[in-house]
Amino acid sequence: MARAVTPRRKLITTIAAWAVALIIFFPVLWMILTSFKTEASAVANPPEFLSADWTLENYAEVWARSDYPRFFWNSVVISVGSTLLGLLVAVPSAWAMAFVPGKKTKDLLMWMLSTKMMPAVAVMIPLYLLFQRLGLIDTKIGLVFALMLMNLPIIIWMLYTYFKEIPGEILEASRMDGASLWGEIVHVLTPMALPGIASTMLLNIILAWNEAFWTIVLTTTKAAPLSAFIASFSAPQGLFYAKLSAASAMAIMPILILGWFSQKQLVRGLTFGAVK
Amino acid sequence: MSTQSSRFAARLMVAPSVGLLLIWMIVPLAMTLYYSFRLYRLLSPDRTGWVGFNNYLWFLNSPDFWLALFNTLALVGGVLIITVVLGMLIALLIDQPVKGQGVLRILVIAPFFVMPPVAASIWENLFMHPQNGLFAALARGIGAEPILFLENYPMLSVIGIVSWEWLPFATLILLTALQSLSSEQLEAAEMDGASALSRFRYIILPHATRAITVVILIQTIFLLGIFGEIFTTTQGGPGSASTTLPYMIFKQAIAAKDIGRAAAGGIIAVILANIVAYFLMRSIGKHLDA
Amino acid sequence: MTKTLRALMGATALFTLSGAAMAETTITVATVNNGDMVRMQGLMDDFNAKHPDIKVEWVTLEENVLRQNVTTDIATGGGQYDVITIGTYEVPIWGKQGWLESLNDLPAEYDVDDLLPAIRGGLTVDGNLMAAPFYGESSMVMYRKDLMEAAGLTMPDAPTWADIETAAKAMTDKSKEQYGICLRGKAGWGENMAFLTAMSNSFGARWFDEKWVPQFDQPEWKATLDFYLNLMNNYGPPGASNNGFNENLTLFQQGKCGMWIDATVAASFVTGKDSTVADKVGFALAPDNGLGKRGNWLWAWSLAIPASSDAKDAAKVFIDWATNKDYLALVASKEGWANVPPGTRTSLYANEEYAKVPFAKMTLDSINSADPTAPTVKPVPYVGVQFVAIPEFAGIATTVGETFSAALAGQKTADEALAEAQTFVTDEMKAAGYIQ
Repeated sequence: MARAVTPRRKLITTIAAWAVALIIFFPVLWMILTSFKTEASAVANPPEFLSADWTLENYAEVWARSDYPRFFWNSVVISVGSTLLGLLVAVPSAWAMAFVPGKKTKDLLMWMLSTKMMPAVAVMIPLYLLFQRLGLIDTKIGLVFALMLMNLPIIIWMLYTYFKEIPGEILEASRMDGASLWGEIVHVLTPMALPGIASTMLLNIILAWNEAFWTIVLTTTKAAPLSAFIASFSAPQGLFYAKLSAASAMAIMPILILGWFSQKQLVRGLTFGAVK
Repeated sequence: MSTQSSRFAARLMVAPSVGLLLIWMIVPLAMTLYYSFRLYRLLSPDRTGWVGFNNYLWFLNSPDFWLALFNTLALVGGVLIITVVLGMLIALLIDQPVKGQGVLRILVIAPFFVMPPVAASIWENLFMHPQNGLFAALARGIGAEPILFLENYPMLSVIGIVSWEWLPFATLILLTALQSLSSEQLEAAEMDGASALSRFRYIILPHATRAITVVILIQTIFLLGIFGEIFTTTQGGPGSASTTLPYMIFKQAIAAKDIGRAAAGGIIAVILANIVAYFLMRSIGKHLDA
Repeated sequence: MTKTLRALMGATALFTLSGAAMAETTITVATVNNGDMVRMQGLMDDFNAKHPDIKVEWVTLEENVLRQNVTTDIATGGGQYDVITIGTYEVPIWGKQGWLESLNDLPAEYDVDDLLPAIRGGLTVDGNLMAAPFYGESSMVMYRKDLMEAAGLTMPDAPTWADIETAAKAMTDKSKEQYGICLRGKAGWGENMAFLTAMSNSFGARWFDEKWVPQFDQPEWKATLDFYLNLMNNYGPPGASNNGFNENLTLFQQGKCGMWIDATVAASFVTGKDSTVADKVGFALAPDNGLGKRGNWLWAWSLAIPASSDAKDAAKVFIDWATNKDYLALVASKEGWANVPPGTRTSLYANEEYAKVPFAKMTLDSINSADPTAPTVKPVPYVGVQFVAIPEFAGIATTVGETFSAALAGQKTADEALAEAQTFVTDEMKAAGYIQ
């Protein structure tokens, strides 16, 4: 029996939910609107919502001023690369922790998470020097490794919680059939764990895409992603609200679109074992 | 039942990640520890040497230190409270049968995809600016003086911005928890005449405890190190009103180029993080089991 | 790099005129996202046509981020950049450390003697030119002629601080969001402290006495800070403690400021296309107090080559292109004389076309009236007008700037701020070994 929902109640909750959602989304919307205004109307008083002379000039200028495709491509390589590499390392670990748990598994997980607690600024110069010695400054591979290690604890934890939900009996059964360990992973676990892996992947691509400290500190030109692109448009001389908005929109749009399209997968996946 | 061989294999599978993380943790930590006892200023490379605990003492004796410590905890605590409470309310709301649920969710999760520096500059320039921001325009519209967010309420402003960024994360995790709640249980309670408040108190909240724990744990890890939003908006000011521990370290590393002091600050921050983690695990860690 | 290689690269540079296809050298140029630099990037077709063998990769970043990345690279000998954009504060310090390649061997056509003496002096270390000025600036008063007229006032060409206060009072109308004066309040050694240090010079104050003892407990600094706070609290815009150069520029362009005392380079922006008050702006020298020093600074954004660069010859070719007379002519032909990078060359100010630009004369006068080697009324052991050219200054002044910014926000009194500054600077100078 479905829950009795009166049309009146549904109307009220619908209005309330939409109001809240629009408030949360509004800053993004306002930024996008601003990016299509002239600089003068971006700071007009009172603010102009629709009466402004719409223009694509800001996008044209931002496009002309910097090599957007390269920044974009670097962002893609770094975020996807670090995520895939992270999965490669994390899947076996998470699998082992979930199905062959030891007494210390929980502590091990917590220790892994704790490695993320060192403030980035504190290790900035040491890591910079390390990267320099290794010749990894301004290389995509260097950033792929750095971001992979940074997010590895989160990846492992997320995967661990998924794998734990896969019933052990299935494993027992496959073991009876004499499947090898590798066989277990490939034929039994992976299909069942695929949604979890996909969600983990999404979350980590987002985290890596939005990383804006190391990606600026450790790059100059060749490997600089969109975070550096943004840093070249903030606080310039003169009116800049509209141009900054346009650059911001260009920096977040790819990941926003990806996020929106894969929203269902992400929502389903973002549990961290929070659901029993 | 795991066999001897599978246990060995399991160790082998865990080894790479443990090894990598161990290196990732030990090497920078060791270097930071080393520098924290050294005189090392980037711009005065000829003056070097061991300085004992001087760098630590500088940090601990700095008039900003305790404020920075308080601000760090206020930022973490403030954002946690706001995101968990609002996140729960929003999750409850969009878990209802409402029209256009898919689009709603898309709107609600949008802030999560916004890069922190972009989020901070949107809020600073387009909303909180005392002359050109939307809030100032609204205030003038109703004949009030615009609020000087970044001057008079710098820490609250930063907490607000960071909360906006993390609200989607909290909402989503809490939402998945709510969705896994069986509706029969709620209906039965409703028929028994339980009020909405007691249904929340006795059914929904216990069910969501684990989700709330996860939100708190993950956000704390990220929030302890936040400084980009402060750098973009208030730069720790006015004065040191919005200086947090990471920002204080950042200032030593960047403005003063004093790597020794920054390293000492880093070690202090790690100790703080461990204390926070300890209390966190003691108070909510048990919810992570089962 | 070996001598042979060097010779080879020199030869490459020579051959470029013939336009022959050569092995390409890539140089990485790091610069700030200021208007003149952005314009330069738009003119790269000219460089590419003249030097097809040199490929330029740009790193354009916001000033603070750029400074952070470039300093880290150069201090650790990273060698990521071949040309860097640095200021008058960094050049002497980095030059002394041996981190910069000297630019003594620029071609004769570069005409190094044409550089403005005040600017050139600030970029010379032990007789060697360490950086080539891209644009130079001082600071001056920019004011609204229409508002002054409405108030029945005229701005002298060389005003005193009392004139400024009178004018600020007369032009303020808060009900119309019109503020008599906009000044920097955002904390930072290059933000509020650049302004306040320059201002303090005209009040007879100084950072240190001859023995490096901090002077914030002296009456001159109190007079400076009191005057500044009084001006800003009564006639300044709300929220000024978060206003730096760019925030004030925006406010002035929107017509919300009666006066603005800031970089001379802002003149082309407030009279430019984004400005709503472009035809109403007048210029005057930075104010004084009758003590013989004006409150104006001296700065040059300059191009330099890190010693760690592995393409120094190509880098020199680029610097020559970007800062020589032809470049000024190129900008003038494409964007008009008003947009030429100002404040570097005597010949520019001798040019009749350029003399027609409304702010040309005042910019030159301002630059010429700043003396980095004798910036203050009383003697000092340091060089620099709005900064003290020691490595510790950036860190120290940023903290002092925060304290003064807090005073502007009303969180501290002027006395508290000065006392804190005195204690802090004394401790830091002791730690750095300047005083016992």
